[in-house]
Amino acid sequence: MKLRTLVPGALLVLIFLSAALVSFIWTPFDVTKLDIPNKLQPPSLVHCFGTDQLGRDIFSMIMVGARTSIAVAFIAVGIGMLVGVPLGLAAAANQGSFIDELIMRTNDLVFAFPALLIAIMITAVFGPGAVNAIIAIGIFNIPVFARLTRGAALSLWSREFILAARVAGKRAARISFEHILPNILNLLIVQGTIQFSLGILAEAALSYIGLGAQPPIPSWGRMLAESQTLVSLAPHVALFPGFAILLTVLGLNLLGDALRDWFDPRLQRLRS
Amino acid sequence: MLHYLIKRLTSLVLTLLVASVVLFVTIEIVPGDPASFMLGINAQAETLEALRTELGLDKSKPQRYWQWLTGMLQGDFGKSYTYKTPVAAMIGERMWISLPLTLFALLISTLIAFPAGIYAASRRGRIGDAAVTGMTQLGVAIPNFWFAMLLVSFFAIKLGWFSSGGFIGWDQGLLVGLKSLLLPAIALALPQAAILTRVTRSSLLDVLSEDYMRTARAKGMSKRSAIWRHGLRNAMIPVLTILGLQFSFLLAGAIIIEKVFYLPGLGLLVFQSIAQRDLIVVESVVMLLVFAVVLVTFLVDLAYAWVDPRLRTRS
Repeated sequence: MKLRTLVPGALLVLIFLSAALVSFIWTPFDVTKLDIPNKLQPPSLVHCFGTDQLGRDIFSMIMVGARTSIAVAFIAVGIGMLVGVPLGLAAAANQGSFIDELIMRTNDLVFAFPALLIAIMITAVFGPGAVNAIIAIGIFNIPVFARLTRGAALSLWSREFILAARVAGKRAARISFEHILPNILNLLIVQGTIQFSLGILAEAALSYIGLGAQPPIPSWGRMLAESQTLVSLAPHVALFPGFAILLTVLGLNLLGDALRDWFDPRLQRLRS
Repeated sequence: MLHYLIKRLTSLVLTLLVASVVLFVTIEIVPGDPASFMLGINAQAETLEALRTELGLDKSKPQRYWQWLTGMLQGDFGKSYTYKTPVAAMIGERMWISLPLTLFALLISTLIAFPAGIYAASRRGRIGDAAVTGMTQLGVAIPNFWFAMLLVSFFAIKLGWFSSGGFIGWDQGLLVGLKSLLLPAIALALPQAAILTRVTRSSLLDVLSEDYMRTARAKGMSKRSAIWRHGLRNAMIPVLTILGLQFSFLLAGAIIIEKVFYLPGLGLLVFQSIAQRDLIVVESVVMLLVFAVVLVTFLVDLAYAWVDPRLRTRS
């Protein structure tokens, strides 16, 4: 059983989530204020993560950067779910029909474009920025959820309780939302955590190459990009944002693993 | 098998066709006229018109799509708006970095993942298994461009074993070329190796509980030789599928890693082209990468059907 990963996973996620939320009302230093005389200070009691090449407090920037990362990844997963899940439900409800075929082939098409390529194309056409990063990551999430929903829903459509609902005269759409969706919700939550962590990585990669959130909005990926030439001079500038990404993603993955085991009916029986 | 082959081939061609339409339409949304972009704001109207005719910009959109499509099939990707050189030649030149980098990373990923996965599976529940599984958690969570930066600062700047970026060229010899691709390939391979290790481990664990494995042990085979003789071959099928899928992740991931190491590959070409609004290059590179991804998926499907006959007859 992997439930022991629940506590460290949830704890890590909670830390970064609260850092992001607290940053709205308080950060140790103002992240927009430059303090050139104090640039590249190593970690100290005043600046616990040190300062960057413009004298900004890295701890404060990581707090605000958490906001950007989490918001972009969260909205992108939301888009993926809101569009992908209904598509998957529709495909499963009309299995083998033209709609099913159309939805699944469109999914294949999106899968043919690696996520990063979609992002690059979108930014090439519409310009870089946080919103376009969200759209790019969101588009890639749609087929992930559509496919998962379709597969899980298909196995439910042959069950007796669905048959009972059909005999009772319920329409396919109503059955999908009233009976299928609640039964696959746990699967979607687990996949949601995984996609969330992939979204954080994707956002970081996009801002690193300059296609994500634009200055002055702090983002972990851009902090790393700006620190690249300073790694040997002031390693802390590159280490802390990197660890922030690593720990957030690790926390989400551990949480996802724990949730998967939690929801697994076979393990549930073992527990009781 | 022939029926299956035809069906998959049709789907491959259709996917590529639709992808090319989507790509063409997306790029068409971009405002501005490439010809006036190439000649600058002081261009004469007649010169502009001549260039538009030369580039085929005076034709209708469907005509231009057709021209682009048929051109690509003959290896003609058009002319770069910025450099005025054939796009195909530019891509060909950059390909000699991106493709070896991707294959190198795939090799490293396999070399790490297979032994690690087999080791973890054969020590299930023990400390060795826990250590490998823990490492894969870290490997999946680490951003590869950050890992690349750390590799550069340690092995290139601190120890001075490698150059911190750039590419010397293959004409210096194969080993010299491979050496300058080694750090980028390791950085690119790490997250994929972690995923592949997990798949190898779980796939082998599934196989280990099969009846034929028990039979092998019962007839006196040691655990090790039972794994090597019977276990691995059966466990390889899902692993190979993932390996095929990873090709596309590596190819796309190479775009970012090339940026860390300043490698003049396809990734750097794409970024330059975006910065210079040289959209025909972006269009062609993306189409080429999509083609590579679709082709590899197709080949994996085919290999899968060849290994597992049940898949050929289904639907």
